[in-house]
Amino acid sequence: METAASRTKKTDSKPAKLGREVHARLGQQLRAMYDDVVNQGVPDRFADLISRIDGNGNKDRQ
Amino acid sequence: MPMDDSVRNSILSAVPSLRAFAISLCGNVDRADDLVQETMLRAIANIDSFQPGTNMAAWLFTILRNHFRSEYRKRRREVEDADGHHADSLKQQPEQHGHIEFNEFREALSQLPPDQREALILVGASGFSYEEAANICGCAVGTIKSRVNRARTRLAEILHVNSAEDYGPDDQTRAVLAGGE
Repeated sequence: METAASRTKKTDSKPAKLGREVHARLGQQLRAMYDDVVNQGVPDRFADLISRIDGNGNKDRQ
Repeated sequence: MPMDDSVRNSILSAVPSLRAFAISLCGNVDRADDLVQETMLRAIANIDSFQPGTNMAAWLFTILRNHFRSEYRKRRREVEDADGHHADSLKQQPEQHGHIEFNEFREALSQLPPDQREALILVGASGFSYEEAANICGCAVGTIKSRVNRARTRLAEILHVNSAEDYGPDDQTRAVLAGGE
């Protein structure tokens, strides 16, 4: 209840300046979302694509 | 064109972050993967215009970003509410996933203007400097800085976060989100 009240008060106050901690939290969330995909690595689709192009290239050359 | 190993490896090793960038930009995995594939094809076709010794990842991000922008403009002409539709489809995802914050964050991100979204992702998640991000987006460093600032402010507004307390433990965030909608 206390937090709800203080939250309302903060929401009503001027939106400008973000605190350093809010910055940090937003940054963490953004990176968590991003890294979730990065950690999936290279899907086969793309490794196959590169191999295929490489193969064609070698053929073209000869 | 036969690829030398370093080109091949540089492109492949950039794929995970290119995908993360593309998904953050368009909010759709299939479309993002198509963007990445097109980026790779264009990069390989234009490898001669890559300057050895410069940042290959930044070069690939630039190609992806420009391709996304031209696609986005095309789509916008075809489908009026590309972004609105995207936000709606995210809202339908089940809530019992434990990824509530995550989904909310993606949705909030999708509500940002594209200029601000790409600037925030490049600097805040991809780890590029303001200068590199400015090169990728073809604009001034000051423009990137102000876009990133506006993006953060807008995100905080959308997520109803005005202090670290509000953004704290999960249950609190959940309460804020539930109360906000």
